[in-house]
Amino acid sequence: MALLNIKNLTVKFATATGSFTAVDGIDVHVDRGEVLAIVGESGSGKSVSMLAVMGLLPDTATITADEMTYDGRDISDLSATERRHLIGREITMIFQEPVASLNPSFTVGFQIEEVLRLNLGLSRHEARTRALDLFRAVGIPDPETKIDAYPHQMSGGQCQRVMIAIAIASNPRLLIADEPTTALDVTIQKQILDLLMKLQEDFGMALILITHDMGVVAETADRVVVQYQGKKMEEADVLSLFEAPQSPYTRALLSALPEHATGDRLPTVSDFFSQEVAR
Amino acid sequence: MTATSLAPVVEGRGIVQDYAVPGSLFARAGKVRALNGIDFAVDKGKTLAIVGESGSGKSTLARIIALIDAPSGGELRIDDHPVDIARKRPGPALRSKVQMVFQNPYGSLNPRQKIGNVLMEPLVINTDMPASERRDRAEAMIKKVGLQPEHFNRYPHMFSGGQRQRIAIARALMLNPSLLVLDEPVSALDLSVQAQVLNLLADLQDEFDLTYVFVSHDLSVVRYIADEVMVISKGEAVEQGSREALFADPQHPYTRALFAATPVTDVAAIRARVERRKAARAG
Ligand SMILES: Nc1ncnc2c1ncn2[C@@H]1O[C@H](COP(=O)(O)OP(=O)(O)OP(=O)(O)O)[C@@H](O)[C@H]1O
Ligand SMILES: Nc1ncnc2c1ncn2[C@@H]1O[C@H](COP(=O)(O)OP(=O)(O)OP(=O)(O)O)[C@@H](O)[C@H]1O
Ligand SMILES: [Mg+2]
Ligand SMILES: [Mg+2]
Repeated sequence: MALLNIKNLTVKFATATGSFTAVDGIDVHVDRGEVLAIVGESGSGKSVSMLAVMGLLPDTATITADEMTYDGRDISDLSATERRHLIGREITMIFQEPVASLNPSFTVGFQIEEVLRLNLGLSRHEARTRALDLFRAVGIPDPETKIDAYPHQMSGGQCQRVMIAIAIASNPRLLIADEPTTALDVTIQKQILDLLMKLQEDFGMALILITHDMGVVAETADRVVVQYQGKKMEEADVLSLFEAPQSPYTRALLSALPEHATGDRLPTVSDFFSQEVAR
Repeated sequence: MTATSLAPVVEGRGIVQDYAVPGSLFARAGKVRALNGIDFAVDKGKTLAIVGESGSGKSTLARIIALIDAPSGGELRIDDHPVDIARKRPGPALRSKVQMVFQNPYGSLNPRQKIGNVLMEPLVINTDMPASERRDRAEAMIKKVGLQPEHFNRYPHMFSGGQRQRIAIARALMLNPSLLVLDEPVSALDLSVQAQVLNLLADLQDEFDLTYVFVSHDLSVVRYIADEVMVISKGEAVEQGSREALFADPQHPYTRALFAATPVTDVAAIRARVERRKAARAG
């Protein structure tokens, strides 16, 4: 049985110019211990579909789904208490914009220690020790000093790693990571991905990884979903996807890998489509 | 060509930045030196890429070059004139000449302002352009960065991460700046939209001789956009030179580590990893 199972998810927003469909009948499922990568163009509904699962969309959103279950339980209309027990504890999320999702008025140490005290029942002292361990694990330099810093006193990549530390602090069973390494160079990206894969292997954590980076997909995913304009284009295990991509959009994504760039212009997906048509 | 046109558009001499840090159980309150004497110069129509590990001081330097923060030491020169914003606030001419795209687009957008107004506001403040022309220009810019006309009346929170990043770029371009400082401007974009934005920046540079300072941690982006590259580590420039030289023969261990850690996407490597995982699960 899938840990998370979502069928025919649709999300519509009420906007000034009428209703806008951001997610159009998407299915997502992930098993225990599995890494699912979601890739797709900017604005294709990757973040919105996961925020719908977390119950974090604004009131202007209308969410419908044929099924939305976690561990066999319906999560489409949890009470506030049930949701608090689940979200942030069993299911956690690394948000796409780390600086915006940290509270500017509290030190980063306070923010992670609060999660540790509330979710794991640690004492103040234990929480600080564990927070420092987590900061070291995600490679924040000089953690003893940084733990007392406010978000604006940290660099973009450091804030991103604080978010990652907070998301893994309560040993979640499902981690949804939305572009978790965008602010990080490949060396630190590797350290973070290794850390997530280790958690995943040691505790059987399920991981949904939203990314635009096909290199990250190649190095982490078991299964891949490709989204384009709010719809699923393709779903395949990682090897098949790279070996024999089925949808034109996936082929375009792979051909746009920088190592395939020729000449002094970078190819866009529409360039690729017009080439395919011309062929 | 006149003599002045040979001077760099922007130049830094011994730029230093200190930040106050909080005290803690373990350390007394004090100062950290985020930049320790950086020298650089960028010629007109060229792109300087700044590369370096997280926390090395890239955004700190970008904010100084874009006249957002005053450095604690050193001299910043724009068009061969010293600029010290701690002593004299930059006037409107200088303000519109130098624009910045921030690393964190959400934080730099007013949540209560519709995107159309975000784009038109710089024109209202800095020009006497009629309203209809302001609107035309904003709509054209929305299209150029790959967004739709119906986005004009939406608020920042109604956009995806990559869309917000493009709004930040569009806003910075509205005033036709001659020096544009971009801090990780394409990090949240899929390759196709990234290509569209980088192509746009390259076109604008060709057409208007724009000068760019471009912070990025992505070597494939740097290879495409940069003329010169500066690698910083712990607040010091540890490697500086032409793009060709850097890619042909990287010198600093950090630069080499970057090349070595670039993820591989070839099928053989993926197959090996998939098999390793299967074995680990079985065992
Ligand atoms: N509150 C909202 N009101 C109206 N439209 C919205 C709202 N939030 C998101 N959208 C729209 O929904 C679509 C999907 O957004 P989403 O954030 O899921 O994209 P994404 O796939 O995560 O893209 P990116 O890769 O750029 O982060 C976008 O077109 C966006 O403009
Ligand atoms: N306002 C501040 N107060 C104290 N320290 C700061 C402040 N802003 C930045 N720092 C520190 O200065 C150092 C350099 O930060 P900067 O933001 O320039 O790094 P960066 O190279 O842009 O990193 P990233 O790639 O992660 O964005 C970091 O260690 C950061 O924690
Ligand atoms: Mg997103
Ligand atoms: Mg930065």
